[in-house]
Amino acid sequence: MCALCAPFPTRSGLGIKTPRRAKPLGKEDGRMNLAAPNKVRLKLHHHILAAALAIVAFALAPAARAQDCLTCHGDATMTDSAGHSIAVDGQKFASSIHGSLQCSNCHADIKGYPHPDKIAPVQCETCHADQAAQLKTSVHADAKEHPCTSCHGNAHDIYPKTDSRSAVYPLNVPKTCGQCHSNNGMAGKHGLPSVYPNYIDSIHGFALSKEGLLVAANCQSCHGSHGILSHTNPASPTYKSNVPKTCGNCHAKIEADYEQGVHGKAIAAGNLSAPVCSDCHTAHAILQPTESAFRMQSTPICGNCHKDKFSTYRDTFHSQLGSLGGYVETARCWDCHQAHDVRPASDPASPINKANLVTTCGRCHAGANLSFVQYQPHANARDRKLSPGLYYVRLFMNLLLACVLTFFMIHTILWLIRSRYSQVKSKAANGGGKSANGGKNA
Amino acid sequence: MPDTELAPTQAATAPIAPPASATAAPRYFVRFTREQRYMHAVLFTTFLGLAATGLVMRFSESFWARKFASGVGGFGAILFLHKLCAIVLTIAFLIHVKEVFQRGLLRREKGIFWGATSMVANWNDVKDLFGHMRWFLGLGPKPQFERYAYWEKFDYWAVFWGMIVIGFSGYAMWFAPFFAHFLPGWALNAVLVIHSEEGLLAILFIFSIHFVNTHLRPDSFPMDMVIFTGVESEEEFKHKRPLEYKRMLAEGKTESRLGIAPPLWLLNFSKVVGTIAIAIGLTLLVLTLTAYFH
Repeated sequence: MCALCAPFPTRSGLGIKTPRRAKPLGKEDGRMNLAAPNKVRLKLHHHILAAALAIVAFALAPAARAQDCLTCHGDATMTDSAGHSIAVDGQKFASSIHGSLQCSNCHADIKGYPHPDKIAPVQCETCHADQAAQLKTSVHADAKEHPCTSCHGNAHDIYPKTDSRSAVYPLNVPKTCGQCHSNNGMAGKHGLPSVYPNYIDSIHGFALSKEGLLVAANCQSCHGSHGILSHTNPASPTYKSNVPKTCGNCHAKIEADYEQGVHGKAIAAGNLSAPVCSDCHTAHAILQPTESAFRMQSTPICGNCHKDKFSTYRDTFHSQLGSLGGYVETARCWDCHQAHDVRPASDPASPINKANLVTTCGRCHAGANLSFVQYQPHANARDRKLSPGLYYVRLFMNLLLACVLTFFMIHTILWLIRSRYSQVKSKAANGGGKSANGGKNA
Repeated sequence: MPDTELAPTQAATAPIAPPASATAAPRYFVRFTREQRYMHAVLFTTFLGLAATGLVMRFSESFWARKFASGVGGFGAILFLHKLCAIVLTIAFLIHVKEVFQRGLLRREKGIFWGATSMVANWNDVKDLFGHMRWFLGLGPKPQFERYAYWEKFDYWAVFWGMIVIGFSGYAMWFAPFFAHFLPGWALNAVLVIHSEEGLLAILFIFSIHFVNTHLRPDSFPMDMVIFTGVESEEEFKHKRPLEYKRMLAEGKTESRLGIAPPLWLLNFSKVVGTIAIAIGLTLLVLTLTAYFH
């Protein structure tokens, strides 16, 4: 026996009589049978080599070789006394990123066989110190609630994130995070919104799940991985003022546009009431902006802040058309104002600058001319100073409507009463009988 | 303006009814020509279509508007139907105007622009209005009406004015870039206000005042069939418009005004169509009022 065939001291090699684990006999026997040739050989050399080999074995092979542990743990049905599986799939482990390691590299408290029933939890941070340090500052700092395996999957089955079998492979990330951040997950218990369904139905979710687009944003593209911080933490990539940069990691041109606009400038100046990407697009349920659902839902979002403009917009035909489903071509806020580099009308680069109106309106209204663009998309018929013509037109129309209806309402009601009265009276005069034409002659 | 008296060939005339011997069978007199009845049918059909689609646009935020829109295929379908009805009604309107001017100016028919049979209001209408109101309050006798009573003239002119105003503002929106050549900028804003307010007035007026005045009032309840059949019984004629009846007798035009009793199928068909139209109108009226006061 040498270190190569006995890297881990066997009980015979050490000359220790050990109690066998309380395991189903049949299985135990099977295992022992496989080890039998060793046993025979060992017996031959027992007296001469025992002590020396024990020392050599420890010196040359301080780590437990997987196949030795697998002698027991390779049994897929193996469980501990509490009933938890302690089986290891040797093949999978060998192909995993940790396949070259020895069991005792991680299970460092196991010095030999037999080992105690209760072993210390594996400390991933022994090697992965950076990630562990990041994790400790993150929202997932509680190691008991969020062990490494909650994201990386089975500890003996960990693959590099570029491997499609990995739980943190881009296409698998949402599902991994969704184990907790979904309706049925832990999120509800912690008062967190269920974001997984939102994400998976979003444009990012579709790109990822339907197209398998590796560059599509998954959870960690925006939130990071080990050092995930709350969006209320200014260091978080999802903190309001950091959102444009985070989205800009992929959407670079839009970020550049956004920074040129009033909203981007306000955010840069520290005004956090200005909208960032997620205020209009939402964070997780992001839709394709040309999609009707997005065009239908987004105008009120601008209206959350621009209340007066939204109210006057709703008086227009643009809005009346737009509120009915099935017709999404009508102008929404950003069709005229731009979506990302929103600029004041005074800015010559703004599409609503006077010099650009014919072009802007002309995008939908073929033949738009200088007179046509005098149309006020936010006219307020209730504001005499702002839109006097419109104000008086509305006043006249309302007065006409009120007068005509009031007069005829009174006229008709009186008429009804009088007609009925005459009719009843004439019927009574006819002795209650019907008149010749069915009582119609009142 | 249109008057059947002067266009007897177009009326649903019939062989002269047997004279006094047949007093048991009531005589029927023609009030509207077939063309006039068709005109009314086109008018109320397109008006119902315009009202139904227009209200959906006017109150597009309401629950029923969205349901209706999605039911017929979204806004695109709504606008298509609205424009389709608008074109049909415009054509009908132009035909009517052509008729009136042809009869009044080219053929020089009397009673088109002035007189007892004209749609144009006169001093008697003002007197009738006040006389009628006095009668409502029990302060005087019931006025005697001519061929067109003052409220019927108002109905006519309300629709006439409404079609011009709503039609013009509607086409101004439809072809806004074209109309912008000769309208000031703010007018493009104003046309929507005019179109929707005048449309609302028309809808509220027709579905409440016209329905009650013409069809639902006790004298005509549940509906005045004369616009569908073209004829009315002698008794009804005498009762509703005694002046015209007397004038007809005095002028000796009784025989030229005689019509045939409406066949049963026409009566039943008219009842079904009329009931549907009134039901749709009243439904739209309720929806409009709920949306307006919501």
